[in-house]
Amino acid sequence: MFEGRRQILLLFFIIIGLVFIGKLFFLQVIDDSYEKAADNNAIRKIIQVPFRGEVYDRNNKLIVYNTPVYDLYITPRKARVRDTMQFCRLFGITRAYFDSTCKQAKAYSRVKPYLFLKHLSKEDFARVQDAMVDFPGFTFTTTAFRTYQSKAFSNALGYVAEINSTSLSTQKDDYYRQGDYVGVSGIESFYEEDLRGQRGVKYRMVNSNGVEKGDFKEGSLDIQPIAGKNLYTGVDIRLQEYADSLMRNKVGSVVAIEPSTGEILTMVSAPSYDPSLLAGRNFSKYYRNLALDPMKPLLNRPPSAYYRPGSTFKLIQALVGLQLGIITPGSVFTHAGAPVKCHSHNTSHNDLHNAIQWSCNPYFYHAFRKILYDGTQGNTYERSAQGLKRWSELVANFGFGRKLGVDLGNEKKGILPNVDYYNKVYKGENTWKFSNIYSLSIGEGELVVNPLKMANVAAIIANRGWYIPPHIVKAIGDKKEVDPFYKTPVSVGIDSKHFGVVIEGMKDAVLHGTVGGDGKIPDIVMCGKTGTSQNAKGEDHSVFIAFAPKDNPKIAIAVFVENAGFGGFAAAPIASLIIEKYLKGKVDRKAVEEKFMNKSYLPNVLSVTGPKPVKTKKDTLK
Amino acid sequence: MSQQNQLVSKVDWITISLYALFVIAGWMNIYSAVYNPESPLWIFDAKFYDSNAGKQLIWMGTSLVLIIIIFAIDFRFFEAFAPIIYAGFILLLVLVPFLGVTINGSHSWFKLGSITIQPAEFAKTATALLLAKYLNEPQVNLSRWKNQWVVGVIIALPMLLIIASNETGSALVFASFLILLYREGLPGEYPGIFVGSVVIFVSALLLSPWTILLVLILMVGGIIGMSPIYIQRMRQTYVKAALFIAGVMMMVFLVDLAVNKVLKEHQRNRIKVLIDPSFDPRGLGYQVTQSKIAIGSGGFWGKGYLQGTQTKFDFVPEQSTDFIFCTIGEEHGFFGVMVVILLFVVFLWRIMYLADQQRSRFARAYGYGVVGILFFHFLVNIGMTIGLMPIMGIPLPFFSYGGSSLWSFTILLFIFLKLDSHRSDMLSR
Repeated sequence: MFEGRRQILLLFFIIIGLVFIGKLFFLQVIDDSYEKAADNNAIRKIIQVPFRGEVYDRNNKLIVYNTPVYDLYITPRKARVRDTMQFCRLFGITRAYFDSTCKQAKAYSRVKPYLFLKHLSKEDFARVQDAMVDFPGFTFTTTAFRTYQSKAFSNALGYVAEINSTSLSTQKDDYYRQGDYVGVSGIESFYEEDLRGQRGVKYRMVNSNGVEKGDFKEGSLDIQPIAGKNLYTGVDIRLQEYADSLMRNKVGSVVAIEPSTGEILTMVSAPSYDPSLLAGRNFSKYYRNLALDPMKPLLNRPPSAYYRPGSTFKLIQALVGLQLGIITPGSVFTHAGAPVKCHSHNTSHNDLHNAIQWSCNPYFYHAFRKILYDGTQGNTYERSAQGLKRWSELVANFGFGRKLGVDLGNEKKGILPNVDYYNKVYKGENTWKFSNIYSLSIGEGELVVNPLKMANVAAIIANRGWYIPPHIVKAIGDKKEVDPFYKTPVSVGIDSKHFGVVIEGMKDAVLHGTVGGDGKIPDIVMCGKTGTSQNAKGEDHSVFIAFAPKDNPKIAIAVFVENAGFGGFAAAPIASLIIEKYLKGKVDRKAVEEKFMNKSYLPNVLSVTGPKPVKTKKDTLK
Repeated sequence: MSQQNQLVSKVDWITISLYALFVIAGWMNIYSAVYNPESPLWIFDAKFYDSNAGKQLIWMGTSLVLIIIIFAIDFRFFEAFAPIIYAGFILLLVLVPFLGVTINGSHSWFKLGSITIQPAEFAKTATALLLAKYLNEPQVNLSRWKNQWVVGVIIALPMLLIIASNETGSALVFASFLILLYREGLPGEYPGIFVGSVVIFVSALLLSPWTILLVLILMVGGIIGMSPIYIQRMRQTYVKAALFIAGVMMMVFLVDLAVNKVLKEHQRNRIKVLIDPSFDPRGLGYQVTQSKIAIGSGGFWGKGYLQGTQTKFDFVPEQSTDFIFCTIGEEHGFFGVMVVILLFVVFLWRIMYLADQQRSRFARAYGYGVVGILFFHFLVNIGMTIGLMPIMGIPLPFFSYGGSSLWSFTILLFIFLKLDSHRSDMLSR
């Protein structure tokens, strides 16, 4: 029944199939207006990378901003270059570069844009823009370079670079794409999420010449980029530059902090580098050179180098002794009976004030001995352990052996040897006693700090017992957001009454003590303490911490100059110049300034990385 | 021989191969349609299974399970239970307005956990089964009014329920049962009237009533002019001609009325866009224009797999569902779409051929039901992407993304293949 209808149906299907094929043949093969329409109608997804936040100093001076640059992209399918030589001349490229890049672009994709030339300046872009009409298939995208007002402060600022493949694959929120820029070190890295803002997307209709024809769907699908937030730092860029110039031809660090706020005024790492080198099209070339430099210019020493505090640690020794009630300002110790040497100074009434003023080694040897043994029980081993426990608990309050929480990614903890530490070193409990560890009394031995911590110690003494965690950025964005962590004072557990004698001792150390004539500021009362940090590899490091003025201190500072010898020689004069500059806005002691700007300690520098903790050298130190 | 081996030797591997080819090619195009060149995902990424391509892979796997279940069921089940299956789906269609959820403006989905099911997709299969069972009754003759009425009710019931849930596209698919009925002896006038109505409908939209009147008078006049003299001399001829013209013009006005007064705005727009794509250029017209541009820009050989520029944006809506043909057209060019169309026609022919081999009228009628449904989707889906059909939002069988769609087509086809593998066991009547 109705067998014939089967043929009719089949015929019907075939006819429909043929109609479709015919229509498609017309659409796809005969009529090329659709192909043109595809080009004319192409909707380009334009990623809009907002400008990174800018960085300002404490006086609202701009220190880091962005300069737009232009990347040229080629879309091989659309690209037409009639006069290759003209094109090459226009962009200043060789024929070989042109040919090889075109080949790579074609191999990548016929229809997708491929990066042809990176980082054209604004001037170059303006110059070539008109000529681009002759070269369809080439398009520009805008990116930006970090630009620096100053060559100083580069280590703490950090730099921005293309994201590497490891970070790309391990990122948590899937934000970055290949070729994105990301803050790599310093505050650029620490505040990356604030600085970068939020990418936007814009859909534009673009014709085959790369000329934009308007917003797609009137921009209703666009996502507006959110600009990066500006960072307002506590850094005084003029002071930074001044400190930088004093540290020329030296290896070391300067950290200056405003004691009342914890804001870092200056953070110098020497030697450093010109930050603009890492912010341009030659990043990889300069980066390689800097990374291979044995002087390690990329290392940000203030939070990450290892040093012994040397005699600057005697201040903490004194404060701990006073707090524990083991010594008083009137306690007197003579040179006798101490294995540490001292230099000649007036010991007729060697009280605490005198000991700090003259950095008396035997005094602190005896004091530390009392701290370990007084009021403790058992044999000398057991008493040493009990004593070290109470000692290390108080010393830890000053930030030793832990991170202070500075807004830099590379802060090192340092080492504060405690009971567990020595039990490990000496392989067992009650296997060590005071005579094994007395180097701690004068800030040597296993104790390891970084310059930032010592500047913070100066701030603690200036504040008479508390600090705010040191930080570079004091406010983020237009709303001036602040992390409450950087607003909250931290007490170190030493009563403020104990600071008087220490501060007086520091004042006299500067006026007529260990600090030489170059380190005295005639019209400012500076309180300071020299230190000489032993290291395994050569001449001692010169260390000085101070604050000024004595009343209502405005600046606390730590200066470390590697292999420059006794702390009074190099570190103290440099610190005094920076303090003078900050408090007075100018330096009157031109001769001292010139002397230390020109002084070089580089020949002494064998290693710039600082010592690994080594076994105690029993030596006399100030 | 074990039952398994019997199945392997008796099942139609040509149809199964074509089915597998379509599904795999469809998946590759869905992958391309959702492919983001900036962050390509591969099947080992967990996130991949959030994308359409990933989910489709899951639908494909579950379809395989469905196939196995269908082959495991006794072939007599489908005929015996056809009324129950049909009644079940009618019940679901009745319940969907109360228990269903709304997806893309259509209140026709059931949600079971994270899976959404559209009963309308499956109602087609149930209707085909019941129609086939009814036609298998010995006394049924489609030239009789009574039988025509029953058939009409079987088709119209689910159709009306689906229209009620705002899925006009899916409802129109039921028109495809005309192919089944035509093959089973429905008088030729019915499809004729249907085609004639469509012609009148489209002309009513395209042309002014005066043009239609003029064309009609010229046409009728021409026919009468060429007729034998005795017909020309009969008065009755002119009465009939006048009645015919009046009837057609009445329909034209009714269509006009219906389009402008009865249809909802989005339905009216879809029809208007068909006639004039520049109408509503940012909405439906835009969709058709973009679809044509995407296909048209493919050229003869296409832009290459994953290289489409037009389809890489989510701007042609329903890129991987209803407009999957765009991706094929853009990336594989005229050559690719020609292959797809040819294979599809071969596929339809093969099922038709198998249906005619059946000894039972049930299996044959059901086979033609399958052919009709697949053909209707093929006609409308491809037609709409190239601007020959209004946009109806129905998928391209086996190619389009979607769980309900792939499952329902798989079930539809494999019930027939199951019946076909038992054709020697069935009694002919």
